[in-house]
Amino acid sequence: MTITMKKKDVVLIGFGWTGAILGQELTEAGLDVLALERGEMRDTPTDARYPQVIDELAYSIRGKLYQDLSRETVTVRHGVDDLAVPYRQHGSFLLGNGVGGAGLHWNGMHYRVLPEELQLRTRYEQRYGRHFIPEGMTIRDFPVTYDELEPFFTKFEYVCGTSGKAGNLGGRKIEGGNPFEGPRSKDYPTPPLHNGYGADLVWKGAVEAGFHPYYAPAANCSTPYTNPYGVRLGPCNFCGFCENYACYMYSKASPQTTILPVLLRKPNFEVRPRAQVLKINLDSTGKKATGVTYVDGKGREIFQPADLVIVTAYQMHNVRLLLLSGIGKPYNPKTGEGVVGMNYAYQAMGGVEVLLPSGTRLNPFIGTGAGGVSIDDVNGDQFDHGPLGFVGGASVRHVRLGGRPIQMTPTVPGTPKWGSAWKSAVKDTYQRELHIDLSGSVAAYQDVYLDLDPTYRDSYGQPLLRLTYNWHDNEARLMHHVGDRISEIAKAMNAEKYWVTNRVTPGAKYDVRFYQSTHTTGGAIMGADPRNSVVNRYLQSWDVPNVFVMGSSAFPQNMGYNPTGLVGALAYWAAKAIREQYLKNPGPLVQA
Amino acid sequence: MTQPDRRGFLRTLVSAGPAAALAVGAAPAVGHAVETPEASGGAYAPRYFTAAEWRFLRAAADILIPADENGPGGAAVGIPEFIDGQMEMPYGHGKLWFMGGPFHPEVAPELGYQLDLVPRDIYRRGIGNFDAWCVKTHGRPFADLAVAEQTAAMHDLEAGRIVFADVPSATFFGFLLTNTKEGFFADPIHGGNKGMASWKMIGFPGVRADYMDWIDRPNTPYPYGPVSISGERA
Repeated sequence: MTITMKKKDVVLIGFGWTGAILGQELTEAGLDVLALERGEMRDTPTDARYPQVIDELAYSIRGKLYQDLSRETVTVRHGVDDLAVPYRQHGSFLLGNGVGGAGLHWNGMHYRVLPEELQLRTRYEQRYGRHFIPEGMTIRDFPVTYDELEPFFTKFEYVCGTSGKAGNLGGRKIEGGNPFEGPRSKDYPTPPLHNGYGADLVWKGAVEAGFHPYYAPAANCSTPYTNPYGVRLGPCNFCGFCENYACYMYSKASPQTTILPVLLRKPNFEVRPRAQVLKINLDSTGKKATGVTYVDGKGREIFQPADLVIVTAYQMHNVRLLLLSGIGKPYNPKTGEGVVGMNYAYQAMGGVEVLLPSGTRLNPFIGTGAGGVSIDDVNGDQFDHGPLGFVGGASVRHVRLGGRPIQMTPTVPGTPKWGSAWKSAVKDTYQRELHIDLSGSVAAYQDVYLDLDPTYRDSYGQPLLRLTYNWHDNEARLMHHVGDRISEIAKAMNAEKYWVTNRVTPGAKYDVRFYQSTHTTGGAIMGADPRNSVVNRYLQSWDVPNVFVMGSSAFPQNMGYNPTGLVGALAYWAAKAIREQYLKNPGPLVQA
Repeated sequence: MTQPDRRGFLRTLVSAGPAAALAVGAAPAVGHAVETPEASGGAYAPRYFTAAEWRFLRAAADILIPADENGPGGAAVGIPEFIDGQMEMPYGHGKLWFMGGPFHPEVAPELGYQLDLVPRDIYRRGIGNFDAWCVKTHGRPFADLAVAEQTAAMHDLEAGRIVFADVPSATFFGFLLTNTKEGFFADPIHGGNKGMASWKMIGFPGVRADYMDWIDRPNTPYPYGPVSISGERA
């Protein structure tokens, strides 16, 4: 027995970053907007209460803010003919849930994109020749340029109060900023966070080794700040409990600390938590959405009619919802036909661990989510790939996240894992070990994709999303190169010891047991041609023009940078197109 | 974040998994309400573990984290209490995991945990199997072995030299070590880390979580001791 609700102008499916951005933008345009969020209502006073939030076991280890996998997860397999099995415990990536989504418990690493990454295929073909890109690698150009997105990167940074230092202001290079970045129209809204001792040492070592360190852009405010919506944020106090936690200082940008205080008070906006959307309903032509069907917190099935449906959930959920709704043709890796689910990508993570001399006092518990030192010399196409023979690069950074003892008490390889020798090693290492993070790009491949699992179902009886993923040789070679290069920094730091940790080595299988990155991308990719993409340059479905799909599901492949800056910029870019073009003349914004 | 129940003196064993059938002679109390020695002194009475399992956990905690010049041992800092508390949480019941079938434990290990066992099962079967191995090999359960024998047995377990009948021994060891370290390092509100012993050992200030005045003091000792969620100082 389905209950039918009063029609809304717009329904948003999922209420994290992109839901908040679209909600704010479209209510500003006068539309009546409803956000459906499957998780709970969340806010700073309830979910970031001090000191209860300073609880590593509850948040980082048992995952208080993550998706409840007992109800819904994904399945994973390595190859297209393998059996997929459920991702039963959180490991490799941490799916979000609830109002604010993963935007409530991210670090705030707020990068843009290196301009060449948006025209990746063209850039490599022009610089290295058409045959440089290996068989089976399906990298693409984004159908949008850095210059087109620049105002939207800026807008999102100013909403977040992001701290950092421009390296390229309108073409003028500035010391202390990133010399490789695309030109900015404005500097960051707040100055860089102060660096701790570890970041100072990495910065100095990087300069000595010939790299170009810069202040890592952090959506952790460095000063009191009022954003363009009139919402106030406070300065980061280096508490060391950022990612996996909500911020009790109102310093880390999240929907709750930047947009919701304004949006939730609007008469033309409503959020319904505990509303699990089952599908987007289509009319008899299959080319128009009529609304969405969801199950509410009381278990009632509800049809919510709407003129415009915007998919604003996490990347994997966006793709799953399109597949469950029959929007777009599912991708088939064997025939190459279809588009939904294609070009899933991930990140290749590694690190250089540095053991400093005895007596060094890093005070590792003094941490931020994103402030520190970052390096792009080996990122994007900022170095000559010709003799190296691989595609891609890595974002390199040292950010001291904190010294949380369950997860942040490393020991030198070869140390016993228990007993007095372990205790003594933990005590010795805690104050003098630091980690330089290597976050490698991952290309798209014909044999990596998302579809619906034939066996496993969620608590509503719907098929789980199936992830077919494994590493490719290209990424193993990339990470080997980056590990070698960044070891030069450790050498320059006069380390007692240093060693490279790299999950992506030749022949290594994708291992879901260890946290790597929550930066999953693709599956509903943007493109210029409906034959090989799911959405157009304004993130509008080619097949059902009153459906838009936000998020990193639009990325044709993944980059070394963290994706949130690009996700936010694309959401503001799409919102402008909806406001200025779509509303005047609803229909396709790009002719196929 | 439930506090261990310090009032209960008697605990009824509700769920004896398949390993109960394996209960060795030296584990006399399986299947019956048990009063532990600690309980009769007014201290902690385990809610999930049997008396025999409890003796194992206390002994194992002291082998994995021994009392030494760097601080007290695992039993003294409450690691058994922590693990017992976790067994009563959604975690112990496997409620944080996707547990829908079918189960395919034969797939590549890189695809993650694929057993149909939750932590309560893993401990019940694992402790039963490990104690049975100790009895068979050394004539006594783990808790009654000499420290050198316990240490050697733990090394055998870690190295995969012991095969269990009811749960993969590596799985049991993995949970035991992981949960032991969680209990050692987590906030005392969860039952372990008594006196914030591990935080004092490494110099972690606990919930102070405000270092605005310290970010600009490189390579300087931080002078304040830890504070816990409940406001305890050390």
